[in-house]
Amino acid sequence: MSEEIILRTDNLGISFGGLKAVQHVNLEIRKNEIYGLIGPNGAGKTTVFNMLTGVYLPTEGTFYLGDEELKGMRQDLINRKGIARTFQNIRLFNNMTVIRNVLVGLHNRPEFRCNPFESIFRLGHHFDNEEAMRNKAKELLSIFDLLEERNNLACNLPYGKQRKLEIARALATEPKLLLLDEPAAGMNPQETEELMETIRFIRDKFDMTILLIEHDMNLVSGICDRLTVLNFGTVLAQGNVTDVLHHPDVIKAYLGE
Amino acid sequence: MSYFRKIAKNFKWKHYIVYIILAAVLLLSALLWQAGVMKRSTATMLNQIGYSIILAVSLNIVVGFLGELSLGHAGFMCAGAYLGTFLYNFLIAAIPSKLLCLCIAMLFGGVVAALLGMLVGLPALRLKGDYLAIVTLAFNEIIGNLCKNIKIFGGGMGLKNEQPYGYSLFIVTFVVVILTLIVLQNLIRSKHGRAITAIRDNEIAAKAMGINVTYYKLFAFTIAAFFAGIAGVLYGAAVSPVKYTNFTFNYSIEILVMVVLGGIGSINGSIIAAAFITYLNLTLTNQLSGDLAALKYLVYALILILVVIFNNAPAMRKYREKLDFKKLSDKLFKKKNSDIRDDSAAWDRIPTKIPMDELLSADLKTQNDSPDTSMPEDRSSHE
Repeated sequence: MSEEIILRTDNLGISFGGLKAVQHVNLEIRKNEIYGLIGPNGAGKTTVFNMLTGVYLPTEGTFYLGDEELKGMRQDLINRKGIARTFQNIRLFNNMTVIRNVLVGLHNRPEFRCNPFESIFRLGHHFDNEEAMRNKAKELLSIFDLLEERNNLACNLPYGKQRKLEIARALATEPKLLLLDEPAAGMNPQETEELMETIRFIRDKFDMTILLIEHDMNLVSGICDRLTVLNFGTVLAQGNVTDVLHHPDVIKAYLGE
Repeated sequence: MSYFRKIAKNFKWKHYIVYIILAAVLLLSALLWQAGVMKRSTATMLNQIGYSIILAVSLNIVVGFLGELSLGHAGFMCAGAYLGTFLYNFLIAAIPSKLLCLCIAMLFGGVVAALLGMLVGLPALRLKGDYLAIVTLAFNEIIGNLCKNIKIFGGGMGLKNEQPYGYSLFIVTFVVVILTLIVLQNLIRSKHGRAITAIRDNEIAAKAMGINVTYYKLFAFTIAAFFAGIAGVLYGAAVSPVKYTNFTFNYSIEILVMVVLGGIGSINGSIIAAAFITYLNLTLTNQLSGDLAALKYLVYALILILVVIFNNAPAMRKYREKLDFKKLSDKLFKKKNSDIRDDSAAWDRIPTKIPMDELLSADLKTQNDSPDTSMPEDRSSHE
């Protein structure tokens, strides 16, 4: 793990009307790290994700990817800068085949640039591009063991595979930072085990930094390098996994007095 | 040369069969016309079918692929018809060739309609669903009223076409139809088409995957308006005067009916439905004269309802499967199973492993009647 900081949030916060949903979140995520963001229901974890991906505009503070401030950018631009995400409730392109889902993820890669005019009149690199994109998509799908199902509609995949496809699609956008929103939700222990392997594998293979929201403590303590605990929109504890999980405030927040 | 080699390398019958059929229709009808066998009314009908196809297919880009409901398509057509005909009248005095004048007018009408589409789209595409439908509907009315009140457009009398193109216009129309199809299908079968479809399927996810949603919405809207404008010019070249009363809300709905009847998101369906509805309309108008004319819309509605029932009612499944185009063509070409390639543009639902619709639908009886047909074949096992 290098010391290079990929994502830095500076006092990040948002309020909806008078409700302060998230306040004073200071994260520093290093390159190649698996960073966990945990907390009870309604603590504001997904809101943090939504701010980092441009869905919400933070009302306080700002955040940087590398040295670049991304606050206030459009969602698709933030994605192009290098933050990709998955969703808590899976959002695949349900009426498209599995491979097309990944192909949409590959849309903005600079090596596959091709303007509409070229596509319509089949000029330039259109055919070469399409073939290269398809090969790349197949490569990604084979990593996630989805190659066999590539011509099925995404909505017909079993739940676990839908999760995997979502991650594959997010990786197709070639991000620097991958945000996973409850990747293990609704999975059985065996699938969770598999998922942990997958996440580690992604980190090593793609040289990726991962920020994940999770409720499953096995998964969190199993793969995360560092943790941040949110409660009522504020940071409760931050640091190494064992320290954080034994922090009295964290125990209180999870188990009560 | 390498351009054609690449196209030939990626040639697929499935993609080109529509063009071939349309070209055959064009060739045959042109020959018949040259031989003097074809009636004038048939030529007029073919022209109408032609521009209806352009309208339906272009609206399908917005409704079927982008997933936004637009009720202003007749408005774009109106703009194209008026401005195209206006320019045509100007040009015809200077240029002797009618065809050349028409081509320039089409380009002009299309571009103007596209600009209007962009102008309307910029604010309107921030809206969704019903609200967008209302705005486009209002646009339709505005364009109609504008054309009515502009003096040089002839006011309430409509814009007079000095020299209508004549009955052979349908040949031009069908060439334009084929060009339109090539452009729109190529667009849909590219990464840009995928982006547009992704927006329909899940806008939030599309944004998160880096798709510039505003750009693609505007792009689809503009290109649909462009072709609607061209269809308008083709309409204006045959009719004199071009009158704003033809481009009402009803006409927008009629185009929408073509799209829905043919299957949302199915271009071939749009073509068939556009031809069918136009034919039906004209035949009914011709057959029911005098007092019976009032019955036209009744019969029209009845036929539409029957078609919709046939397409959707569970009880009709048995007959539907017998007439399934895909199965018929498989039988015809003696193919064991149609191998779906991942790049094939099977935008209509690909038969899936789990017949969810059937599991959810309540009529268990029909399913028991035909146990072997109720289960779509398993695609992946054939690969």
